[in-house]
Amino acid sequence: MSKDVVTNIILRDDEDYIINMGPQHPSTHGVLRLEVCLNGETVKYVVPHIGYIHRGIEKMCEYDTYKQIIHLTDRMDYLSAHMNNEAVSLLVENALGIEVPERVKYIRAALNELNRIASHHLWWSAFGMDLGALTTFFYGLRDREKILDIFDESFGSRLLHSFVTPGGLMHDVHPNFRKNIMEFVKYFRKKLPEYKKLLTDNIIFQNRTKGIGVMTKETAIAFGVTGPSGRGSGFSCDVRKIAPYGIYDQLEFNEVLYTNGDSFDRYMVRMDEMVESMNLLEQIVDKMPEGTEFTAKMKPIVKLPEGEYFQRVETARGELDVFVVSDGKKHPYRMRFRSPNFSNMFTLNILGRGLKIADLVAISGSLDLVIPDIDR
Amino acid sequence: MKNEDFKDNQTLEDLKELGDSVFLTTVKDLLKWGRSNSIWPLTFATSCCGIEMMAAGAPRFDFARFGVEVYRATPRQADVIVVAGTIVRKMVPVLKRLYDQMAEPKYVIAMGACAVSGGPFMYNTYSVVRGVDHVIPVDVYIPGCPPRPEALLYGIMQLQRKIKAEAPALRTSEKNNKK
Repeated sequence: MSKDVVTNIILRDDEDYIINMGPQHPSTHGVLRLEVCLNGETVKYVVPHIGYIHRGIEKMCEYDTYKQIIHLTDRMDYLSAHMNNEAVSLLVENALGIEVPERVKYIRAALNELNRIASHHLWWSAFGMDLGALTTFFYGLRDREKILDIFDESFGSRLLHSFVTPGGLMHDVHPNFRKNIMEFVKYFRKKLPEYKKLLTDNIIFQNRTKGIGVMTKETAIAFGVTGPSGRGSGFSCDVRKIAPYGIYDQLEFNEVLYTNGDSFDRYMVRMDEMVESMNLLEQIVDKMPEGTEFTAKMKPIVKLPEGEYFQRVETARGELDVFVVSDGKKHPYRMRFRSPNFSNMFTLNILGRGLKIADLVAISGSLDLVIPDIDR
Repeated sequence: MKNEDFKDNQTLEDLKELGDSVFLTTVKDLLKWGRSNSIWPLTFATSCCGIEMMAAGAPRFDFARFGVEVYRATPRQADVIVVAGTIVRKMVPVLKRLYDQMAEPKYVIAMGACAVSGGPFMYNTYSVVRGVDHVIPVDVYIPGCPPRPEALLYGIMQLQRKIKAEAPALRTSEKNNKK
């Protein structure tokens, strides 16, 4: 057992001064409740309480067919809806040995990267707002709308698309899809220096994040922290690199790694990931085959053979794992999701202890938590 | 000012004749107009609809144009609670408490399918409340999963119409008691 896990044990005292952050609190980004024990303004320990948005998605999956499950996965981590859809789709395709058309793989990768940028946009906006910089909210959401326009044109929805299904896509993308992506990349490359000037180079912001909430590599591994939060601590955990799926093994990109493990490094990982995603988008648009095929031949109702199946994908927040036990019927016998946010959140006690309560907000912001993904 | 000096005596004569009702009605209209054009929402977002609510406050849609000026983090300063997202049983006491802490007059908008009826989580689940109107009285329902920001704007405009039409004395909680 690692040393960090031992020190995570919380010793409660009757004379502790407890304050509850949440469930309704603007900086918890949803309905997370943090039981914070304070000594003056210094945090003694943090106990996260979850379950305020537990909707029983895993249980619901046992009553649905595999194509219906897609619509529930959207609503777990709503900011990376495409990646969640793709996790279940890939699992079903791999289990049945279906080869999807090459074009579909490229479109899926493009959607993933667009969604990743949109998600990081929203995180950037909200993170700035948590630290008192309201302007970031307006800048970030202004540019995010450009991506949502691309989604809107192709799928008719802005946030939850349910577009990626087992076997391919729901329907073909809009003819302007490629052109729009190129236009967005061109637009956003000009805007990134503005972001840097506004927040990254801001001395107040740097003072509030540098050296705050240091997560060592050992802690990251012990707690299973993945995604940008783990990579900020130097833990190489990008599923697109270590277990490539879709088209990612044919694309060139760098895994962004920072080693200090503080809030600022987690911030920088996401900022650099947006650049990497744009590089990926350019490659995808160049290489995407022409044509109109958008799905492989599939039966309307899919039955997985008896057995256990597993699939991992990289969402905007980390590694999402799907595990299915099938008894050969059209519904799964048991469906289990391993969400990245759940593991990331429980480091709050390790990171926040001994700091001021305002720093706790900076830390929880830098972990980029989506609460419905934790509770499912 | 003497009666003879005042130019528009007819209005005053009318007022005298009708008692104070005309005057008070005008004040009430003014009150309702003011109230309907400065609805401040509470930051209460449980899930996906909250993101669209944020988008509605962002530059593209900008619902400050309709007087929904700022999000308030405390219920005591908020006029409307936009229930954006699923309400599960563990959240019910919290939601009720937030609603009770809001000052009169207070309004409720149920945003999204989950808050309207349970939406996609209506069947086969054990924890979701099927519609927020089981807990608190709702003024405006906005369907959609999630509703587009335009839909939220339209819902807010409907709430403004409702505020302008209702008698100011008749508040949400009193309406509740009458039921």
